[in-house]
Amino acid sequence: MDGSSRPLTEAELALKARAVRRHILRMTAAAGSGHPGGSLSAADILTALYFRVLRLDATRPDWTERDRFVLSKGHGAPALYAVLAERGFFPVAELESLRRLGSRLQGHPDMKSTPGVEASTGSLGQGLSFAVGLALAGKLDRASWRVYALLGDGETQEGQIWEAAMAASHYRLDNLTAFLDHNGLQIDGPVDKVMSISPVEEKWRAFGWRVLSIDGHDLGAILRATSAAGKSSVDVAEKSEDRGRPTMIIARTIKGRGVSFMENRAEWHGKAPNAEQLEAALKELGSEGGGEGAWR
Amino acid sequence: MSGTATREAYGEALVEAGRKNPNVVVLDADLSASTKTALFAREFPERFFNMGIAEANMISVAAGLAAAGKIPFASTFAVFALGRVYDQVRLSVAYPKLGVKIAASHAGITVGEDGASHQALEDLALARVLPNLTVIVPADAAETRSAVEAAVAHPGPVYLRLGRIAVPDIYPAGHTYRIGRVDIIKEGRDVALVGCGVMVDACLQAAVTLAAEGIMALVVNASTIKPLDTETLLTVAARTGAVVTAEEHSIIGGLGGAVAELLSGELPVPVVRVGVDDRFGQSGKPAELLEAYGLTARAVVAAAKKAMALKRR
Repeated sequence: MDGSSRPLTEAELALKARAVRRHILRMTAAAGSGHPGGSLSAADILTALYFRVLRLDATRPDWTERDRFVLSKGHGAPALYAVLAERGFFPVAELESLRRLGSRLQGHPDMKSTPGVEASTGSLGQGLSFAVGLALAGKLDRASWRVYALLGDGETQEGQIWEAAMAASHYRLDNLTAFLDHNGLQIDGPVDKVMSISPVEEKWRAFGWRVLSIDGHDLGAILRATSAAGKSSVDVAEKSEDRGRPTMIIARTIKGRGVSFMENRAEWHGKAPNAEQLEAALKELGSEGGGEGAWR
Repeated sequence: MSGTATREAYGEALVEAGRKNPNVVVLDADLSASTKTALFAREFPERFFNMGIAEANMISVAAGLAAAGKIPFASTFAVFALGRVYDQVRLSVAYPKLGVKIAASHAGITVGEDGASHQALEDLALARVLPNLTVIVPADAAETRSAVEAAVAHPGPVYLRLGRIAVPDIYPAGHTYRIGRVDIIKEGRDVALVGCGVMVDACLQAAVTLAAEGIMALVVNASTIKPLDTETLLTVAARTGAVVTAEEHSIIGGLGGAVAELLSGELPVPVVRVGVDDRFGQSGKPAELLEAYGLTARAVVAAAKKAMALKRR
């Protein structure tokens, strides 16, 4: 972390995650479209990354020594925009412009228009490869910055994910940490029914990755896993089998997490709440945690 | 044909580029002996990444390398370099304007014996329709060397189309290619022959035949397909009043399409396109295939006469 914001305590992180969830709901409601379900499932991972893990400077989005985060599941853009705004990359008030004509906040991440966005994504399956490219560049430069990526579980049905998985271990990219937002649902229903990706852990292990499994809504667990992932480099790995391996953190999550009528419901993948639903959802979440002033 | 294949010149030019610029990195998908990136791999093993037979990953990895300040050249055969990975080029490279240089070798019908599965006749059309992508078809070895330097210097994405077979030298060594400039290589007043790649030499031969019949043909090497040099093309169209395009590509959507689109809106003159009709290729020797698919000087002569006849109406 840079000097521009103090690392948050776990209790403060929880409040921040709540503010992020409120932003996600308000943004998608204001836009009348978007993907609240998968944004809510990733909210805790993104909050932990942007407020405790990533080395960033919001005043210098192009700082060469920054850590890089790639949102491979690009439809989770509302969650990314919410943490970037809360982190100071652009005004929180701008969040309401999501998906509007001329907005910097495109429906899916556009690295050319939004400060802090590291990769243009939205067509699933490409982001992990992009992250591999960043990590290769980091290795070439013997840089100290790390690369993080977040994948959807349905997204891993794309063959390119496994091409990237192979390349990451082949080139010993221990500077790469990926999260799997394993909420078990995709547009057409349960991942297991649409096209099973099981067994998840064994697949990633077989592709040469170090695999950690956590509860993706447990902020402490997220922090411990990222800390462990940072110690897989050749110099500091405690166990020899971890040396030089990229790390996959399989995060068990709940789609729509935090809003009872959205939780575990595939239909909230790509549907915005209406005014009444928004009000009910915000009431349920509670307002403690701030971030509300910018919303009219 | 005597001379050097553009892929050979590419391989040598990459090594030069690697010596001059430490940020140049090269990726290949298990074809480094054929694409000639093996030369770079030998001299700069730490900056060469064989991605295996996984082209989609190669393109998006190249995009990540470019985003972190590297100048990646991603090489494979033209059939795999764009059509197979179109979505990756579109979203990971062209949309964010990242400086990935896609070097597509073995383009066109002159791949020869491998047949239709390996003969890219549609790649220029696919490349041309993507915003931000610069599309280059060098005509010979000297132009290829200069085009590699230009691609390194250009901040954005580039599609560089290269051939398998040896082609005659059009230019002397040391020729300078500039992105966005087409080159008038022979003056004339009666008809303009606008070619790219192997068809530039066919246009020059056609001009000799036409001259014997008293027709003075102007010859243009249109090595930048995009951005199109509209100024020069409008000038030669105005000067001659009749245009022939010639390319080792489908007559749909490539150089001929680009020129016809320009002239129909700005300066309507007859445009007759020489290229492969709307069909796939087949196995055969490169010279036999050029003949069988009408990619010859003779075809350019016939097209020139047709264009001039249309002009006189």
